[in-house]
Amino acid sequence: MHNTFDINIEQISKTEGHADLEVKIRDGKVENVKLKINENKRFYTQAVRNRPFSSVPQFVSRICGTCSIAHLTCSIESLEKCLEINPTEQTELLRKLSVYGMIIRDHALHLYFFCLPDIFKVDSVFDFDESKNYLIKQAFAIKSVGNNLSKIIAGRSVHPTFEKVGHFMHVPSKEEVDGLLTQLIDSRNIVIDLIKIFYECDFEFKRDCNFVALVTKDFSFLEGEIRSTDGTTIQEKDYWTYLKRVIIPYSQSAGFLFNKKEYMVGALSRMNLNKNSINKKSRDDLSEFLKVFPSNNIYHNNLAQAIEILHCIDHSIQILQENEFKKESPPTVKIKEGRGVGVIEAPRGTLYHMIELDKEGKVKFANFVIPTSQNQIKMENDIKLLLPTILEKDRHFIHHELEKVIRAYDPCMSCASHFLKLKWT
Amino acid sequence: MKIGVGWFSFTCCEDSTIVLIELMNDYFFKWNEFLEFKYFRTLKGKNDFTNLDIAFVEGAIANSKEKDFLLKIRENSKKLVAIGSCACTGSPANQRNFFDKATKEEIGHILIRFEHYDKVSPISDFVHVDDFIPGCPMDEKLFLKKLSVYLNEFGILNA
Repeated sequence: MHNTFDINIEQISKTEGHADLEVKIRDGKVENVKLKINENKRFYTQAVRNRPFSSVPQFVSRICGTCSIAHLTCSIESLEKCLEINPTEQTELLRKLSVYGMIIRDHALHLYFFCLPDIFKVDSVFDFDESKNYLIKQAFAIKSVGNNLSKIIAGRSVHPTFEKVGHFMHVPSKEEVDGLLTQLIDSRNIVIDLIKIFYECDFEFKRDCNFVALVTKDFSFLEGEIRSTDGTTIQEKDYWTYLKRVIIPYSQSAGFLFNKKEYMVGALSRMNLNKNSINKKSRDDLSEFLKVFPSNNIYHNNLAQAIEILHCIDHSIQILQENEFKKESPPTVKIKEGRGVGVIEAPRGTLYHMIELDKEGKVKFANFVIPTSQNQIKMENDIKLLLPTILEKDRHFIHHELEKVIRAYDPCMSCASHFLKLKWT
Repeated sequence: MKIGVGWFSFTCCEDSTIVLIELMNDYFFKWNEFLEFKYFRTLKGKNDFTNLDIAFVEGAIANSKEKDFLLKIRENSKKLVAIGSCACTGSPANQRNFFDKATKEEIGHILIRFEHYDKVSPISDFVHVDDFIPGCPMDEKLFLKKLSVYLNEFGILNA
């Protein structure tokens, strides 16, 4: 290929939301790379102000259709911390199941529909020939498991309705639990086949990086400490103080540094920091695959996602088999002025919601930090470092490789364009 | 015979896209017999928005780039259907329309920098919309019911 050229990718495909990529190569050198998150801002940080606290979780769920359960759950956690409400043990279990349903559905969509076409060298899931119909059927079977888990536990898989501050309005019946158990148990072998595909995939782009994740005792994505591979351990409430917001003038999303350094959040970070907390049944079946971690190969993010699907299935089976669910009364809420922080692991990484309430229980101020925003600087730097290694290839190959490495992160642009007010210079 | 359809997303949370993909758990192979998704950027790298029988449009319109593309979609589709609350009513993507003066000033520089319109609008403010499927996300039962009607209109009976 010529040593001076531009590549402009308008709307990176097979991701959620809108982003463009601009590349300028001059005299064989990378002169400019701009990853532009173009999702139009909807200003949730401003729009949430003055809302009564009880309406906030459903409202901020609309930040993202893909991971609405993550925003809802994180928002509820921030409000519970603010109002000093301790959810019951049953509520915590139902919350884990709700999040597991989302992770199963969301990871399955990304792996089967966005990543497998790259592995099998076709453009999309619509282009698989009949010999691959079994994979499409497996994709729908796994997505259905996640979808049904969310529907039965949380009410819906998108913008769910049962989960409230301090409780669930509805608990699953014995029949519903039995149906879920059958579906979950039947799906295990399909997921192990999926894990093998990503284990055997030879895609590679390695780069040392600081990996950051909420480390939980049971890999449940909800409560724990934030750790990084450079040795930092902090409490959830202190996360914001370790972040530095970086204004990216051409992007509708800010970027972030952790401890003043580039970092990555997401499944790869979780696996690098916490693989020993994976459910025992999953660990027993996946010992060979888990040896891959820690890894600095970005494509192992997808292997980590596949492993997380099995963990979510196995831990859901355990929770559903070991517990009976009974309707609980909502907690008594004493409205008070204050500040609360919720941090959970969303499918794409660490999600932070901070909320400040006034004495009437209305929102004074809110701040949300989104996983894809946190990965933006690393994604762009990956492109800068990948390009010199593929410049001799043709334009189609380069275009495809650039999209492929961004897809490996499973970015969600719909979420990313939410941040505090910024001043550009 | 297959009819050509496009699935488009503008300013929104793309919740109806997720609902559609979840409907595929049950309908993918059936739809594959008579629907060709010519444009579906969430699932495809190679997309074509020309000569569509039905364009399904999710999301509200926030800037001229979106409006221009919406006009092109209208020109290239026999039937255009608004999907979900933001496309049908503008809400909740249009919440900045109702901000007070101080909040509007706070976000003003962002609107200027990214060339946003002063107001976010439903798609019917710019193009003729043949049908509406509301909901946040879209009502999936209504979508299935209406899809059957559209398929009948295009000569695919008993779909």
